[in-house]
Amino acid sequence: MATAAAQPTARGQAYGGAQDDAGDTTAYQRVFDAAVAADERIEPRDWMPDAYRATLVRQIAQHAHSEIIGMQPEANWITRAPSLRRKAILMAKVQDEAGHGLYLYSAAETLGTSRDELLDKLHAGRQKYSSIFNYPTLTWADVGAIGWLVDGAAITNQVPLCRCSYGPYARAMVRICKEESFHQRQGYELLLALSKGTPEQHAMAQDAVNRWWWPSLMMFGPPDDESQHSAQSMAWKIKRHSNDELRQRFVDICVPQAESLGLTLPDPDLRWNEERGHYDFGPIDWTEFWEVLKGNGPCNEQRIEQRRRAHEEGAWVREAAAAYADKHAGGNGEARA
Amino acid sequence: MTTPDTTTPGTETPDTTTEPAGRTTAAALALGDDALVLSHRLGEWAGHAPVLEEEVALANIALDLLGQARVLLSMAGDEDELAYLREERAFRNVQLVEQPNGDFAHTIARQLYFSTYQHLLYDRLAAGDGPFAGLAAKAVKEVAYHRDHAEQWTLRLGDGTDTSRERMRRACETLWRFTGEMFQPVDGVDTDWAGMEAAWLESVGEVLRRATLSVPEGPRTGAWSAGAGRQGLHTEPFGRMLAEMQHLHRSHPGASW
Repeated sequence: MATAAAQPTARGQAYGGAQDDAGDTTAYQRVFDAAVAADERIEPRDWMPDAYRATLVRQIAQHAHSEIIGMQPEANWITRAPSLRRKAILMAKVQDEAGHGLYLYSAAETLGTSRDELLDKLHAGRQKYSSIFNYPTLTWADVGAIGWLVDGAAITNQVPLCRCSYGPYARAMVRICKEESFHQRQGYELLLALSKGTPEQHAMAQDAVNRWWWPSLMMFGPPDDESQHSAQSMAWKIKRHSNDELRQRFVDICVPQAESLGLTLPDPDLRWNEERGHYDFGPIDWTEFWEVLKGNGPCNEQRIEQRRRAHEEGAWVREAAAAYADKHAGGNGEARA
Repeated sequence: MTTPDTTTPGTETPDTTTEPAGRTTAAALALGDDALVLSHRLGEWAGHAPVLEEEVALANIALDLLGQARVLLSMAGDEDELAYLREERAFRNVQLVEQPNGDFAHTIARQLYFSTYQHLLYDRLAAGDGPFAGLAAKAVKEVAYHRDHAEQWTLRLGDGTDTSRERMRRACETLWRFTGEMFQPVDGVDTDWAGMEAAWLESVGEVLRRATLSVPEGPRTGAWSAGAGRQGLHTEPFGRMLAEMQHLHRSHPGASW
């Protein structure tokens, strides 16, 4: 059996060499480090440090949870969408989010966990989801603001993840980013229709942007000097850019888009800085950020409660499906393992 | 308001039965309303489904139906005016599709009954050369999937646990009395309605038997409900559903979205 050290990449364990002593671990670690340094992809059966695995499980699970909790604020408007075209777009979007949740749970499962286990942790409050979804959708324009700003921020965060060192996650992100950028354009187009519509519609759009702007900036996470996991994640090439870098990139993209929408961003300090070649922007209310993260946002309780209820009320359906599968196992000539 | 509002576009009662365009309009409205209303009900499941795969499946079915509704309503007039500005008495959908979702078994029973009907109808329409042949040819493929989805779940729930079997049985019985209305001939849809009803009974009966359930024995129409939805007589929950669906559109008269 080949040892990891003899392999040119971290794929040394693919054919079954389990680590069994400290010496081997070091050899595996060297192969892993070299693969990351060479921008190669780590695959499920490759050796990886425990902390790398744990970080990825945490991040991918949180990402998956965000997709499914994120269905709620938008689904809130499906039954009230003001035209059949908009209703179809919104339904398709919420369906895509459920699909993204599925890809991401599958990606997490390649790391040796299970969807059930992750959902249990979400329901028990032991794993997080993006804090943005703890804000309420109060008007139809919020659906547009979520598309433009929230999906826009998500894309800024996620495009670099298409080059993340862990293969299954990177591949899921390629697919997800394509759909997300489609959603983002739809959100922008929805806001544009409102902005150019009646005075009431314009006001509705402006109000939504006022409420979603700052929470969207918070989506990039705490400032670099307060971000616990950043340095390690960057060294592992899970992350490619710092929180503040991505936040700045997002602001720079949004300002001209807001202008062409005919809407303003609710920040009196926002102005072009010739010297930096970037927009300067005002201070973020980090107290609010930490409060929402701790569970004290406007909808934390409601979001997790709806998720728990859907899961509990669906238990008999999942049990029925399992019982039926047991009864009919092997009936189609397929032996059960 | 107790009579259809004839000042609102699309609410003219389709009494021009002898004129071919009027008959097509009336039929498009009936079939379009079925799809629109059931799509809306399925949309209410978003974020509440028992498992993530069903979030995808139910939304998928809802979207297919909404797509069909948009084509059909556009044949009858402006889709948004028809969806958002008619009152309850002007809607022509069968009462089955407006029934609230209830539990998952209830939603599945409703879907089994309706998709089986819709599949038989579109299959026939696709084979003909009437005004709905084009739509039906495309939609029959979607509806075949809806029917299959409902059938698979009927089997799983009926032949699953004691609890699921009881829930599925109850759902099938509760909704049974709404099934006769689907076979009241729709003016403007030329097909063999009696033959379709016989085929429906056979197909649904076969699925229920495989699901270890018996075919409900109650009446499939009450005197009060024979063809009632098609005449604009609906059940109580429907008005509330429309209030939610229409309120934003109606709050901004003349606006575009």
